[in-house]
Amino acid sequence: MRLELVPRGDVSPVARVLSPVAAVAAAILIGGIIVAIMGRSPLQALQVYFVEPLTQGWALQELAIKATPLLIIAVGLSFCFRASLWNIGAEGQFIIGALTGSMVPLALHGSGAGPWVLAAGLVAGALGGLLYALIPALLRVAFGVSEILTSLMLVYVAELTLDYLVRGPWRDPKGFNFPQTVTFDWTLPYIAEGDRLHAGILIAPLVALAAWFVMRRTLFGFGIRVAGESPKAARFAGFSADRMVIAAFCISGACAGLAGIVEVFGQIHQLKPGISPGYGFTAITVAFLGRLHPAGMVFGALVVALTVIGGENAQIVMQLPLDLTRVFQGVLLMCVLAADALVSYRVRVVGGGR
Amino acid sequence: MTALVALRGIVKRFGTLTANDHVDLDVQPGEIHALLGENGAGKSTLVKILFGLLQPNEGTIRWQGREVMLSGPDAAAALGIGMVFQHFSLFDNLTVAENIGVAMPKGDGLADLEARIAAVGKRYGLALDPSRPVWTLSAGERQRIEIVRALLREPKLLILDEPTSVLTPQEAETLFSTLDTLAAGGCGLLYITHRLEEVRRLCHRATILRAGKVVAACDPRQESVAALASLMVGSEVAEVRPAAAHALGPVRFSLNGLTLPSSDLHGVALKAVSLEVRGGEIVGIAGVAGNGQAELFGAMSGEDLAASAEAVTIDGKPVGRDGIDARRKRAAAFVPEERNGHAAAPRMTLSENVVLSRHGDGMARGGLVDLRAAKDMAQAIIKAFDVRKGKVDPPAGTLSGGNLQKFVVGREMLRKPGVLIVNQPTWGVDPGATATIRQALIDLAASGAAVVVISQDLDEIYAIADRIAVIHDGELSKAYPAREIGREQIGLLMAGAGHAHAA
Repeated sequence: MRLELVPRGDVSPVARVLSPVAAVAAAILIGGIIVAIMGRSPLQALQVYFVEPLTQGWALQELAIKATPLLIIAVGLSFCFRASLWNIGAEGQFIIGALTGSMVPLALHGSGAGPWVLAAGLVAGALGGLLYALIPALLRVAFGVSEILTSLMLVYVAELTLDYLVRGPWRDPKGFNFPQTVTFDWTLPYIAEGDRLHAGILIAPLVALAAWFVMRRTLFGFGIRVAGESPKAARFAGFSADRMVIAAFCISGACAGLAGIVEVFGQIHQLKPGISPGYGFTAITVAFLGRLHPAGMVFGALVVALTVIGGENAQIVMQLPLDLTRVFQGVLLMCVLAADALVSYRVRVVGGGR
Repeated sequence: MTALVALRGIVKRFGTLTANDHVDLDVQPGEIHALLGENGAGKSTLVKILFGLLQPNEGTIRWQGREVMLSGPDAAAALGIGMVFQHFSLFDNLTVAENIGVAMPKGDGLADLEARIAAVGKRYGLALDPSRPVWTLSAGERQRIEIVRALLREPKLLILDEPTSVLTPQEAETLFSTLDTLAAGGCGLLYITHRLEEVRRLCHRATILRAGKVVAACDPRQESVAALASLMVGSEVAEVRPAAAHALGPVRFSLNGLTLPSSDLHGVALKAVSLEVRGGEIVGIAGVAGNGQAELFGAMSGEDLAASAEAVTIDGKPVGRDGIDARRKRAAAFVPEERNGHAAAPRMTLSENVVLSRHGDGMARGGLVDLRAAKDMAQAIIKAFDVRKGKVDPPAGTLSGGNLQKFVVGREMLRKPGVLIVNQPTWGVDPGATATIRQALIDLAASGAAVVVISQDLDEIYAIADRIAVIHDGELSKAYPAREIGREQIGLLMAGAGHAHAA
C-alpha cells in the first residue's frame, strides 16, 4: 500500500482561506498531546498560552510589539517566496539592519543632533539589510549558488559580527563590561504615556499595505508572481529572471533590516547580543500562515506573536520550557504546509500492488 | 472468438465532469484497433483505466473472458498489457540497455538483457544499439526503446498513444511495419492518434469517442478521412479557405547566418540559420521533434539573444541583441509550443495572461497593471476566437487544450502583428479549433504579415504554408515553394539527407 497525491483541480477560495485556520487548530491539538506527554494539563496550557494573553491589557500591547517585526519581515519574505526564491536568512538581514541603523546614533552620540537621527537610522537599517540580502542574490545570479545555503549561513556571520562589535569596538566604556553599546540619545516615541507601544508598530501595517499595492497592481509585482508560478512564462513575458531575483531579495532584505532597526529603536534602545529571539526564522511561519497575502500575514503575525507571549507566560506559570514554544512554532509551520498541500491535492490510497 | 479485452459500461467521473460515460470497447487478438476522438473526448482516461492508472467508477473489464480488477500498472503488466506513452520517460545520460533495465523486474543481468534487446529488435525490425547513451539518439530511436521495453514483457495487448507525432514519414513507415508484424503474431494493439490518414492505412477497426461516449465503431478502411473527422467532431469540419491571390510585400523578418550554441547540455545548437520571410507569406518549418525547433523559436522570439544584432531583423531593423519585449514593440508576436507554463501561466486568470504578453501595448501603464483593459481584452479574444470556458475569467489551466490554444493565438492575433512566429500552433488541438487557428494564420498573412509556422505535422504545413524549409540537427534547409516539394523529399531532409546536396 502506498499514498499518492492527486491534484484536485479547481479549489474553492473558501477552502484556501480556511486552510490556515485548520492548520492552527491541528497544531494546537498536537501541542496539547505533547504537553500531556510531559505530564501537564493540556487544558491549562491552552488557557495559559492562548487565552490569558488575550484577556490582559499589557499582553495585548505586547502582542502588537512582538507582531511588528514578524509582520515587516514576513511581508518582505513574501516577495521572495512568491517568486519561488528561498530566502532563509532574514534573521541575518534583521541583525545587519539593526547594526547599520545603529551606526548613525552611535556615531552622533552626545553630539546633540536632532531627531532626524532616527529617520537616518531607519534608512540606514533598511539599506544594510538590503545590501546583506544582495550577497546571496548576486551569488545565485552570477554562479548559480543555492540561495538557501548562502542566506542561511550568512545568519551566523551576522550574529557573530554583532557579538564581536558589542563586546569589542562598540562596547559602552561605562557599561560595567556588559556586552552592550551606550543607550541611544533618540528612540522611537511611545504612542501613549505610560504604555509600551512605540511608534514603530505603525510602520508594520504601512509596509503590508504597500506590499499589497505592489503585488496586486504594479507590473513589477505581476512579474514576481509570474516568475514564481512559471519561470518560462516570465521569460516569455520579457521579465528578466536575474533582475527578479535581485529585486525580490532587495525588498526582502530591506524589510528585514527595517524590522531590525525598528526593534532596536523602539524596544531595546541599544545594541546587545540576542536582539532577536529568532524573529527572522519565525517570520517564515508567519509568511506561509498568511498564505503570502499581506492581510493574511497580519493574522499570521498576531497568531505567532501570541505563541511567543504565551510561551513566556507558560514558562512562568507552568514551568514549561521555552523549547516547547519553538517546537510549537515548528509544528505550526508543518501543519500550515500540510494544510496547503491537502487543499490542493487529495490523498489517494493505492492498495495492494503485489 | 473471445475478445482479448472487453470493457463494458465503463464510467469515470472527475467531480462533475463525466470523462467516460458507459464506454464499451473490445480489442481482439491480432487486431490493430484505433481509438479516435477530439481532445477531451475521454481517450486518455479510458487508456489510463485500461493500464491500471485510474480506477473506473462503474463498469467491468474482462481479460480473455475473465473479469479483472486493474489496481495499478503492475497488475496490468502482469496480465500482459503494455503501453508506449506519447512522452518518453527516459534518462538521457544512461544507455539504452540501462534505461530498459530500470523498468524491468529485478534480477535480470545487464548482459542478458542486451542479448534479449537485440533478439526482440531483430524479430520486429527495431534496430537499436543497447550500449548507446540515450542522449545521442533521435526521437524515432528513443521511441523504439519504449516499444522494446514494452515488448520485452511479451504483452498480449499493446497500447500506443500518438506514437507517430515525433517521427519522420519514413520512421513512421518503419513503425507501421513493426506493428503489422506484431498484429500478425497475435498481439492486440490499441492505437490512439489524431492522424486519420494513419488510421486508414493501419487499423482494422476504429472506436470513436465524443464527449466521453462511444458514438461510432467502424472499419476505417471503408471510410474517408472527412467522414472519420466529422464522426469525431459531430459536425462537418470546416476546411481552411486558401487566401485570395495577393502580392507579396518586402522582407519583414529575416535570419542571417544565425548561430547559437545550446544553453542546455542535451540541447541542439543552431548552425548558420538563414531565412527571409516576406509580408503576405507563410513559411512552414518542418522537422522531427528535438532538432532545434525550441532553440530556433527562442532565438526568433528574443528569449535567447543572438551574438550579433544583424542575425535577426524585423522590418529591416537589426534586433538580434534585443529581448522579446523590444521585438514585440516592433510589431512582432510569438506563440510558443507549450501552452501551460510558457505561453500562459496556468494558475493565473485569462485576463492576467493577457497582461503576460501584452503589458507593452496598453495592458500596463506607468508600471501599473491596467486590469480593466486586460479584462476587456480577454473578453474580446474570447469572443473573436470562440473560446469556451466555465467562469467569466477562469485560471488559464482550467481550459481544455484547444480552447487555451485559441486564447493564446487570439491574444497575439488581436494585436494585428506584422510578424508572427508560431511553434506547433495546433499540437494536441481538436479539429474544430485547428481549423479556426489555421484560418486565422492564413488571413493574417493575407493582410500583409510575415508568418513563420514551426510544425512537426506535415499535413499542417502543406495545408497552410507557401514555402517550406526543414530543420535538422540545428541546420535549416532552404525554403522550397510548397507546390514544388513532395513529402518524400521533405522526409529525406527531415532525416538529414539534404546536407550533401544542399545549395
